[in-house]
This record gives sequence, C-alpha cells and structure tokens, in this order.
Amino acid sequence: MARRENPEINAGSMADIAFLLLIFFLVTTTMDVDSGIPKKLAEKTEVEPPIVKEKNIFQVSINRNNQLLVENEVMELKDLKDAAVKFIDNGGGIGNPMPGKEAGAACDYCKGAKDPESSDHPNKAIISVESDRGTEYGTYVAVQNELLRAYTELRNRLCQEKYGMSFDELEKAFIDSARKDESLRKKVEDIKASYPQIISDTDPTNVK
Amino acid sequence: MSKFRKKKKGMPALSTASLPDIVFMLLFFFMVTTTMRETDLLIDSPRLPSASEVKKLERKSLVSTIYVGKAKDAKYGTGYNRIQLNDKIATPDDVPSFIYLERDNVSEAEVPFMTTSIKADKESSVGTLADIREKLRDVNALKLSLSTHKGSVINK
Repeated sequence: MARRENPEINAGSMADIAFLLLIFFLVTTTMDVDSGIPKKLAEKTEVEPPIVKEKNIFQVSINRNNQLLVENEVMELKDLKDAAVKFIDNGGGIGNPMPGKEAGAACDYCKGAKDPESSDHPNKAIISVESDRGTEYGTYVAVQNELLRAYTELRNRLCQEKYGMSFDELEKAFIDSARKDESLRKKVEDIKASYPQIISDTDPTNVK
Repeated sequence: MSKFRKKKKGMPALSTASLPDIVFMLLFFFMVTTTMRETDLLIDSPRLPSASEVKKLERKSLVSTIYVGKAKDAKYGTGYNRIQLNDKIATPDDVPSFIYLERDNVSEAEVPFMTTSIKADKESSVGTLADIREKLRDVNALKLSLSTHKGSVINK
C-alpha cells in the first residue's frame, strides 16, 4: 500500500478562534471618552469683589447630610432646577450692559414673574453654591448639574425662539463648521451672553 | 483497507486558510490601537457620579488627571478622600508641583488650554475638592473638569 498522503490540517476553526479573540477585545475595549462638568475657577486677585445686591444672589447651601437649603428653605434636589430657572429668568429690573451696548436694559426675552424682589437680569443673577467640607461629592455634582440644566433649558428656549433650533443644535453646527462660521459664532455668543452661567462656589467653611 | 484509499470526487473545498490571517490582522489592529490606562490606580477605581450636562474633554494630551477615592492599600485608611497624582498617593500640597510637571510636557503656547480633570469617587467629600481647587487657583490652573458618567442624576 502506498504511503498515505498527509491530510491537510483543517484550518477552518482557526477563524473561529481568531474571531472569538477579536470580539473579546472589541467588547472589553472601552473607548474611554472623558467627559465631565466644566468649571472655570476664579483667578486669585487682590481686587475686592464688587458688592452684589442680596436679591441678585440665589443661595444654595448643602449641609454635611447632603440636604439642600435654597434661599433659606429646605428643598429637594428635583425642585432645584425649576427654582433656579424662576430666579434666573425673573428679569425684574435693569441688567448690566450687553456686549456692544452702552447702557443696561431690562430683560426683553425673560418670561419670568418680573418680581422686583428677585433677580434683575440674567446677566446679574448669581448662583452661589455653598457646601460643607463633609458634603458628599456626588451630591455636589448633582447640584451643579441641576443648575446647569436650568441654564440649558433657558438657553434652548431662547435659541428656539430666535433662531428656530435648540442651543445644542446651534453649538453643534458651529463646532461642525470647525468654529469658523462667523454668523453661527455670533449666534452662539449672543445666546451665551443672554444667559451667562454665573455659578460661584463659596469655599466650604474652614478651608486652609 | 480500501475504504481509506477511496477519495470522493467533487468540488474542492473553498480554502478558508487565509481567513484567519484577515481576522488576525483586525485583531492586531484593535490590540494596538487600544490604549490602556497609562497610570496604575493606587486607589479603587472611582465610582464617578452621573450628570447630564457634560462636555467632552478634547485634546487628551492637555488633560492632567487627579484621582480621588479610597486607597487600595489599607495603610492609607479607608476614607474616600485619598488623592492620587501620577502614580503615588499624595496630599493637596503636592498638587502645584504636579501641575508644574504637567506643564513641562506641553509647549508654552498650549499651557492656557490645559485642563485638570478630577476623577473623584461620589462618596468623597467636597472638602477634598475644595483643597485641590485652592491649590489649582494658586498655580493658575483654572480650567477644571469634574469627571462624570453621562446619565440622569435623580435616581438614587
């Protein structure tokens, strides 16, 4: 009998093994897109901060048990956004001059109650967050997020009225144009100036 | 004996021998492009808080990361307020030198665009954050990002 031919090694299952590895790596790879809440810290200067009227400050305090005190009233986290919207959008007086304008004017796009006891103008409305050293970071971030949501809501509303699209869409269009489209840039800046995010973090008590 | 010798005639099987090569190529591509975490975490991987109003961090090379959380090593205690800079546990006082070191790695013109990303566990305390913030203000590293997962907040 003639010598048997060497049978070919079946390489068909090799593909399966490789695929298995491939899929394993595909699944376990987290393309870790780092995202977070942006914050801009204040520069350290010798200049005394200007005195701000009490009514233009929205005081949010968080105690060490993660409870909220908003304008001297206990509040749940879920109500914070609406309270902040109400405060920012009040428009009860004359605001700071808008960029390119000489004198300040009343807020003509605000839909708030125009209560003279609350904030004058969105660009004067300051949100002050005070937290205890023992406050949980998670709660702190949640509060910051709720406040930012208030601004987002207002900006979206104004942008929808003025330009017929939400602020997110507008910003995306601007970024997609590689930040070069001048008319979009104007629109973005206009909305940002109309509702500037003024959130101040008061240092927790007894910081070194 | 003869049944071993008998060969079926018919369509020769389609050779799949090159398929593994293709797949391996894909596999290597993914293995190479996957970036692993550059620093070993000395703290338990922080359970980041969730938020919906997040912005993506662009320009990874300009981001310096500060981790806050519970140290893996028991000798640092069990609190959630240990700070990790590069690959060692540090104190807030070490933050300025960490920032200076990070600044050396980028060109002068890009320093104002550098962002500090804080990855803190949700159970860590705001006091730690405030300490870091003070130190960052001291060295004029004013762009800060509080790292979060994207998601809804109110579902505790």
